[in-house]
Amino acid sequence: MSSRLSTGGKLIDRSLSKEFMFNGRRLKGFEGDTLASALLANDQVMVGRSFKYHRPRGIVASGSEEPNALMETGSGSKLEPNQRATTTKLFDGMRVKSQNHWPTLEFDLGAINSTFSKFFPAGFYYKTFIHPRFAWKYLFEPIIRKAAGLGNAPKEKDCDTYEYFYAHVDLLIIGGGIAGLAAASSAVKSGLKVLIVEQNDYWGGRAIVDEINIENGSGSDWIYQQVKSLSNEKNVNLRLNMMAAGVYDHGYVLLHETLTDGSNKKMELRQRLWRVRAKQTIVATGAIERPLAFAGNDLPGVMLASAVRDYLVNFGVSCGDRTVIVTNNDDAYRTAILMKNAGLEVPCIIDARPSVSESLSKQVQSLGIKILTGKAVSTVTGSKRVEGVAICSHAGSGEVLETVACDCVAMSGGWSPVVHLWSHCGGKLEWDKKNYMFKPDLTSAPLGANGEGMLTVAGTANGFLISRDVLSDGYTKSKEIIKALTGKVPKISMEKAHSGDESEILPVWFMPQGATRKLKSKTWLDFQNDVKVSDVELAAQEGFESVEHTKRYTTLGMATDQGKLSNINGLAVLSNSLNVSIPDVGTTTFRPPFQPISLGAIAGEARHELFKPIRKTSIHNWINANGGVWEPVADWRRPFCFQRNGESIKEAVEREIVNTRTNCGILDASTLGKILVKGPDAARFLDMIYTNVMSNLKVGKCRYGLMCSENGFLSDDGVVARLSDDSYLCHTTSGGSDRIHAHMEEWLQTEWWDWKVYTLNLTEQFSQIAIVGPKARQLIEKMGVDGLDLSPEGLPFMGFSEGFIAGISVRIFRISFSGELSYEIAVPALKAQEFWDLALISGEEFEVMPYGTEALHVMRAEKGFIMIGDETDGTVIPQDLGLDWAISKKKEDFIGKRAQMRSFMKSENRWKLVGLKTIDPSVVLPDGCYAVDGESNSYGHKNMIGRVTSSYFSPTLERSIALALVENGPDRMNEILNFPNLDGSVTKAAICDPVFFDKEGKNQNV
Amino acid sequence: MRKYSVAAIVREALRYNAGWERAWRSPEPKKQYDAVIIGAGGHGLATAYYLGKNHGIKNVAIIEKGWLGGGNTGRNTTIIRSNYLQDSSAAIYEKARSLYETLSQELNYNVMFSPRGVMMLAQTEHEIRGYRRTAHANNLQGVETEFIDPKTVKKLCPIIELSGPRFPVLGALWQPRGGTARHDAVAWGYARACSDMGMDIIQKCEVTDILKSNGKVVGVETTKGVIKTHNLGIIVAGNSSILAEKAGFRLPIESVSLQALVSEPVKPCMDVVVMANTVHGYMSQSDKGEMVIGGGTDGFNNYTQRGSFHHIEETVRALIETFPIISRLKMLRQWGGVVDVTGDRSPIISKTPLEGCFINCGWGTGGFKAIPGSGWAMAETMANGSPSQLASAFSLDRFREGRFIDESVAAGVAH
Repeated sequence: MSSRLSTGGKLIDRSLSKEFMFNGRRLKGFEGDTLASALLANDQVMVGRSFKYHRPRGIVASGSEEPNALMETGSGSKLEPNQRATTTKLFDGMRVKSQNHWPTLEFDLGAINSTFSKFFPAGFYYKTFIHPRFAWKYLFEPIIRKAAGLGNAPKEKDCDTYEYFYAHVDLLIIGGGIAGLAAASSAVKSGLKVLIVEQNDYWGGRAIVDEINIENGSGSDWIYQQVKSLSNEKNVNLRLNMMAAGVYDHGYVLLHETLTDGSNKKMELRQRLWRVRAKQTIVATGAIERPLAFAGNDLPGVMLASAVRDYLVNFGVSCGDRTVIVTNNDDAYRTAILMKNAGLEVPCIIDARPSVSESLSKQVQSLGIKILTGKAVSTVTGSKRVEGVAICSHAGSGEVLETVACDCVAMSGGWSPVVHLWSHCGGKLEWDKKNYMFKPDLTSAPLGANGEGMLTVAGTANGFLISRDVLSDGYTKSKEIIKALTGKVPKISMEKAHSGDESEILPVWFMPQGATRKLKSKTWLDFQNDVKVSDVELAAQEGFESVEHTKRYTTLGMATDQGKLSNINGLAVLSNSLNVSIPDVGTTTFRPPFQPISLGAIAGEARHELFKPIRKTSIHNWINANGGVWEPVADWRRPFCFQRNGESIKEAVEREIVNTRTNCGILDASTLGKILVKGPDAARFLDMIYTNVMSNLKVGKCRYGLMCSENGFLSDDGVVARLSDDSYLCHTTSGGSDRIHAHMEEWLQTEWWDWKVYTLNLTEQFSQIAIVGPKARQLIEKMGVDGLDLSPEGLPFMGFSEGFIAGISVRIFRISFSGELSYEIAVPALKAQEFWDLALISGEEFEVMPYGTEALHVMRAEKGFIMIGDETDGTVIPQDLGLDWAISKKKEDFIGKRAQMRSFMKSENRWKLVGLKTIDPSVVLPDGCYAVDGESNSYGHKNMIGRVTSSYFSPTLERSIALALVENGPDRMNEILNFPNLDGSVTKAAICDPVFFDKEGKNQNV
Repeated sequence: MRKYSVAAIVREALRYNAGWERAWRSPEPKKQYDAVIIGAGGHGLATAYYLGKNHGIKNVAIIEKGWLGGGNTGRNTTIIRSNYLQDSSAAIYEKARSLYETLSQELNYNVMFSPRGVMMLAQTEHEIRGYRRTAHANNLQGVETEFIDPKTVKKLCPIIELSGPRFPVLGALWQPRGGTARHDAVAWGYARACSDMGMDIIQKCEVTDILKSNGKVVGVETTKGVIKTHNLGIIVAGNSSILAEKAGFRLPIESVSLQALVSEPVKPCMDVVVMANTVHGYMSQSDKGEMVIGGGTDGFNNYTQRGSFHHIEETVRALIETFPIISRLKMLRQWGGVVDVTGDRSPIISKTPLEGCFINCGWGTGGFKAIPGSGWAMAETMANGSPSQLASAFSLDRFREGRFIDESVAAGVAH
């Protein structure tokens, strides 16, 4: 059984015990335990079920490479599926459930998949479930979906919070083992600003387990001293529990800091995502031990030899009473020695190598451990956990020589440097022929913004497996970086680790060498996704020769551990099947994140109200308090209408329109974009941006202008006012202000970078209040004007003035989007509410009423004014809308001019703007409906000849009106068109002039 | 080629799968082919398949620089829909969608087409009007869509938050026969069928030059030698401009990186595909249980298959607002693909200035859904030497004439 030993455990505090629940069982652990160590301490060896076959799964590893021990933790708004037990800290009162089984972990009906697993080899999905056709959607897929997935999705909103940090440093060091610490201490001494991060909650990495010797002291002491002296320095930031998730272009590194692994507190700050820009980064991420592939290696109780050692040394946990070691290298002997010294049984070491060095074998044999060289595991016996191993000759095909009873198998297939971060942004790898592993090719580093390497790798991650070399590489790499960053060669006292050499590893990708197909079909590569040696061989046999094909066909390495344990063995098996070398097979692409990170952490603070914060005009709160019915418009909210008690929305809109046309309306138009364009070349610039001429606009005058895309399509419109010789104020649509500002800047920065023009988006600095209707002039005069002449001659249509109204500094534009006498008054945003209030007070006798966007839209449609986004959709040119008058024929060029000269733009058959009147005036045409001519087009669709772009009931005209784009429309006046509805009925409407109301402009020109 | 079936699986299982044949051969190139297709992605393989099946042209080579299906076919978010606005788009995407319906049976390869329904959320009044318009257009085009109310949205997808603090869900455009398919399987299924017709799929073979004589194409020079042909199709999303340059013409295309990500797998919680264009995000759940999420395109051109992390942030934020339960799920993997974007966001299936050379490109951010229709139309174009009905609107000439097919109103977001 696995159990807690009475002594030992460097990371736990036995004086602080923690209670937790696993599948309803109450268990005990200690402060410092991971969930995995606590489970093992309680003899909970089986911890989950595999993805495909629902086979029993136990803990294999002790870190982020763990493929099996995935748990559901918490509940309700704290429920989190797929938590990796090996990297999750235990807390008091923790509730944990195992996943992917029904009804229980021990008895899972899904395990029937395992019984029939021979019928479900790699890729079987593609070969079956084909007939009958409907069965995939209604039968097969639902069953497969139900069986798949791991944990349960949460059902409630996340109650916790997340945040972002940003850091700019000279040197980022990823990994707090001896190489990382050595690099940090020398860089800090050289005055560099350093951030060093470690994903575990302790410093030192493997060195604290594999007691090494540094300068004749213990490795643990050395680590303690390094951290202590670094902690006193100001130019270094040391962070534990921080995992480097990804490396991106230009040296941008994403770090994920775990602040808590959970508690039972409601709403806590859980994780923090750091965005780091470092001048240089050292990756000192160590290595991961590879499993060995032998039949039955997926049984609970088969673990990595290093993990068995970790649990023993760090947590005082024995993974088994009788542990058999299986290895192809010297490192696993450490596990054997430690286990034996802890009083546990180690009946034998099965070593695939033909011989072992004399000193090592003497040392081990003196402890009474048998070494079986040239041997392999034929199969592991047991059903839900290890009961023994059947031993065979490694050179044979698996004939059993003897069987040894045991309850734990510790395996080691050698080590693979953690090269993920090096590879994320294009760093290349090379194959180390001596140690049989991929390691970074330092001549092919990922490049930063300056074209130089932005990362370097140190220590074990760089392929050094012996502590002496690891430490020395840490110093060497930091020396190089200090020199590159400071220009000086630093004087560094390089402390030395002392370690002997190890014998060579024997490459073993599966054992025994001549394993039968039957054995290979029980030999696991990917424990979570149930990929076996036979699956990879089948993929190769079927022509999935690219490593990417094999990965996708078998799902090797696609599980939540992203193949940290399985990838190298898998591609070695593939290379063996294809008879090509491992480096020729190559690796799959390493993608961020190194370990999965929560979506909540990625979103950070930008949630709920802070997700795209609502832009508010100065009048927003007043509107909210006075019956405004909101609609989202870009990032703003605008009132659709102002609803009064007992009034329907339709009634409110009609009231607002009628009142504005007969008395006076007031509109908060502050959301309109306002971009100041200033400089000696401003006029020239706007002549290019707009289709009309803006350079001849007189100071103090306004002009309605159109903007087109490069392709000639109408993209925005608005009124331009010339404030002075070299400055213009350009009004854009509400939704367009940011886009148009960016558009202007793009042209200025990329094409006309030598023109002397500045642009400034003043949308939020000025509020704009429209006072509209026959009584508008009286109202403003009542408010009290100073320095303004509002008479028709003093401020004619399309003019503007600056002065004071009610003592407030204003810029007043006489422009109209409703066809009424209308003033748009720009006031400083902070004065807007005061102005609004005064206008309402002065306006009482003129029956002023606020109106919303719908009234605005109806009134503009009555006048036949176009609306960007309604009459335009990215396919409409100004000429289609009868706006030819706004397109300069004199100008040599403007954006869109060349495009508008193309043949189809001048075609006779373009869809053009017209008005529509339904035959039944009470029927409003549906938004977006199309006119048909009863024919079919070349695709067999019903032939469309036009479409409704805006459709309203006009209270002014007491009938429905619509604007439409109709093929050759203006030449087809009074023709009756058919508009099919979605219910099969047809609405008939006659083509008419798009200006329904006051064509002569009597109301506006007063 | 042996047929795939339950019986075959049982038979093979009993002999440890020793008898499965290669899904496709791995031949050395011949000296000459009736037609050569550059690019063994979904579109290239589908083109070859329909060249053989519909037009009897089977002496075909498909040349691939890397591994087949390794470009955007193998890195998209697998959404299939045809709720487009313009006639020419609706026609080709609906053709593709309807071919997907029977593709598994046709290819004897389960491509897992799952018509689970695609919903595009309307979150502003403006979007409601836009989607109503699309529903009207689709009605006349014979594409089955409808505009549904928020209650129906919630019923179809219970994990949606209808009344989020920012953009409440006001309705949706619903295409019940839209859905997803297994992207790799589409490439593999076509590849297997092409190989079975005797076509040569030549992987790890890069085209280094396009050989011309008197304004006509005569072959390609590759890393495996010269291959002669008088009928060449360039179907290489992400590298179209590079190949076009070798053929001697320029394309109105920009290549940018588009990103996607998946979460760790969880038990089924979402049965439909949801796209939220106002907040820029879309999501579905794969059969494996992963939430499949698409991001935006970078604002700069490049050929790397990775992108800027801020797009991932923006997408994830938008989706947490739309589906609050996903906050505690974890991102498992993120990646990028290079997409070719045209001026009107619509594809190019066209003759080129080089006689005998045809191009299929510019599918932008949404080519996967079009694969069967695109292959069908491209094959017809290559076989006849002139644009097929389905392809005619997508010619290169349209940029010269200004005959754009702009779908921006129907597709405000990348996908």
